[in-house]
Amino acid sequence: MAARSPLRRLGSLIASLIAAAAAIALLAVAPWWLLLAAVLLLALWTLLTRIGHQAWSVTEVGLATIPQRLGACSVVVVGIAGVVAVLVALLAMAGGFEATLKQSGSDDTAIVMRAGAQTEINSVLDHDSAGLVAQAPQVLRTAQGQPIASPELVVVASLPKKSNGLDANVEIRGVGERAWSLRPDVRIIAGRRFGPGLRELIVGKGAREQFAGVDPGATLKLNGQIWTVVGAFESGDAHDSELWADSDVVAATYRRGSSTASVTVRLTGADAFDAYKAALASDPRLTVDVKTTRAYYTDQSAALAKLIRVLGITIAAIMAIGAVFGALNTMYAAVATRSREIATLRAIGFRAMPVIVSVLLETMLLALLGGLLGAALTWVVFNHYTVSTLGSNFTQVVFAFQVSAPVLWTGLKWALAIGLIGGLFPALRAARLPVTAGLREL
Amino acid sequence: MKYLQLILTAMFRRKTRTIFTLLSVLAAFLLFGLLDSVRSAFANAASSVAGVDRLVTVSRISFTLPLPKSLLPRIQALPGVAQVTYANWFGGVYQDPKNFFANEAVADNFLDLYPEWLLPPAERTAFRNTRTGAVVGKSLAEKYHWKLGDKIPLQATIYPQKSGGNAWAFDLVGIYRAADPKRRSQENALFFNWDYFDEARAFGNGNVGWYVLKVTDRNLAQQVAQAVDALSANSDHETKTQTEQAFNAAFVSQFGDIGLIVGAIMGAVFFTLILLTGNTMAQAVRERIPELAVLKTIGFSNQSVLALVLAESVLLILLGGSIGLVLAGVVVDAVRAAVGTGVPMTSVGVAIWLRGAGLMVLIGLIVGALPARRGMRLRIVDALAGR
Repeated sequence: MAARSPLRRLGSLIASLIAAAAAIALLAVAPWWLLLAAVLLLALWTLLTRIGHQAWSVTEVGLATIPQRLGACSVVVVGIAGVVAVLVALLAMAGGFEATLKQSGSDDTAIVMRAGAQTEINSVLDHDSAGLVAQAPQVLRTAQGQPIASPELVVVASLPKKSNGLDANVEIRGVGERAWSLRPDVRIIAGRRFGPGLRELIVGKGAREQFAGVDPGATLKLNGQIWTVVGAFESGDAHDSELWADSDVVAATYRRGSSTASVTVRLTGADAFDAYKAALASDPRLTVDVKTTRAYYTDQSAALAKLIRVLGITIAAIMAIGAVFGALNTMYAAVATRSREIATLRAIGFRAMPVIVSVLLETMLLALLGGLLGAALTWVVFNHYTVSTLGSNFTQVVFAFQVSAPVLWTGLKWALAIGLIGGLFPALRAARLPVTAGLREL
Repeated sequence: MKYLQLILTAMFRRKTRTIFTLLSVLAAFLLFGLLDSVRSAFANAASSVAGVDRLVTVSRISFTLPLPKSLLPRIQALPGVAQVTYANWFGGVYQDPKNFFANEAVADNFLDLYPEWLLPPAERTAFRNTRTGAVVGKSLAEKYHWKLGDKIPLQATIYPQKSGGNAWAFDLVGIYRAADPKRRSQENALFFNWDYFDEARAFGNGNVGWYVLKVTDRNLAQQVAQAVDALSANSDHETKTQTEQAFNAAFVSQFGDIGLIVGAIMGAVFFTLILLTGNTMAQAVRERIPELAVLKTIGFSNQSVLALVLAESVLLILLGGSIGLVLAGVVVDAVRAAVGTGVPMTSVGVAIWLRGAGLMVLIGLIVGALPARRGMRLRIVDALAGR
């Protein structure tokens, strides 16, 4: 190699590092249409310009030799597939948890708890307060003039999980008689509703999947009393993780007297919330906090979803470092084996640009393949995969992984970024190969 | 040992490639170290014997449910129980819900059961004699710049005052520190007097959150735990008595199956690693076929060539893996020092190193196997002729 001053080498190294960083930053924020536009531009360039055409021919030769170095190329593909699979799985987990809780709330229902309580398990409302908050004019009423409000009591029971037989906590929600019109999404899928005033339970779909011995017909011992499961329900949100019963009977079983934990009300509309909040705040008889149920459930998911995302990105970043070096190794080797061919191309008049583009393009295509493989794998294995974790009432919340389009897109962007770094340096090396030395090489 | 130089020379024949491979191995074992540290924190929590002379009694159903204080004299009277104390989770918020730290109402002998926290005797007396007194850990005091004599306002989330408000205020009378500097995470808590708490709270009076008991003899722990739980069997407040570690483990296991998640991720990582280093080794051996033929020509046996190539791949992984584990140790210590409270990570100790080293040797042998066999089987004449 022609002797170049170390300073210049350092300069070009820094320049290419900056270029790579800028490209990755762009990749990180770019919406899909911008990248699509970039791909189209690239296609036009290869079709319409002379240099572009040259680049495409060189790439074609490179791609044609892939079957001969299948082992080396699969390192790039599998390495990147691993990174994308782990990243997508963890992001899908965070997204699924968030979505489950977010769906549990809406903007036109509100939850009232004792001031400062933050979660239902911490909250106690006396009978009078529970009655007062339902009487506000912003609360929607039935045709008979009854406010659509449900005084609710959350208690905890310990049941064995199906997966490992260990006891875990399940939430038992005592609900008022109007809970059904408050949450129209709740559908009975087996058996029937619990009877008012009876020690009967209905089990959510998620709780039924996670816990043993809660199928309709089974009996449970709660605080020393025998309860019967008479039905199962599905709501498609966090309530699926709960067992429901009559709030008065739950209060009696757990000796809560006439108090409840919270009251959930249906407002006359989403715009009535501010007035409702003001009305409760100005009533001197009440010391309560009120939130829309959407805000309440969204707050609950924030911390854990963030934790899972941070973990996922950290783990994927460390794996990505490994994958980058794997790609570098493969592509440097590819450039080395093709050095004679590249030198020949340069000797007959090809410029450096087509060579750089071809190596980069080849790596990015391998990376894209890896990304698609990893994303597809996660989608097949984990989409709608159901797990449970500890929610803010210290009970199990069942949720399903959501391998959504934005999550898959993030995974693909990571794959392309890894391909970019892994391909850039070998590409530059290929362009700098001294022609004479390259031609002499075996 | 006399072949070490030979192996090293072969290994660094292509410096860039070897360094890149080492870095990949390093990343894989850095991740292994971190994840295994988390996994063993959860696994150890269930089986660790440290502190087994201290047991925790909580409600069988959920630790969020209270227990009657009337259990106290009955537990105290049990044979094998040296001391009993109790506490309540207060869950107060200092200024903003984001400023989370543990704050608990504790009985006046609570600190006696935790000799690993050092509190100057004068401050200990002051805590006992000040109704609204509180003690905090040194780390927490430094974080919020509290000094003795300060009033610390907390906003109640569970227990309002009898007067109806959520505002509680405590006088800081003592600052404790952890005897073991590695356990500074335990300095992130605030304790105040249970008697004051019980008098002032609006409801729940006479109930305690949990009991902590010290047994006279570690070997009796199991019997004592059973005897305590028998006291409340078939009542409406059945208890569960276990070691603090088992309690923590049961709590954490409700978050999810940590072992399974860690196992799945490590499976993906090592599968990729085997492929990657396997490819490197295959390349390295392919390039060196003539050299290996020369070795055979000058009298190296087939087995020696096999051993040389295997040793090279094992050494490669051991080198990268060890640096990765050292790095994981540094990161874990840094995280524990920085975040402190409740980071479920054990320091990268002998157990993790042993598991790591076992994996390194295993992976080294797997990735070296095929190239080594190729080296062993090559025929001198063909190899030298470049066929």
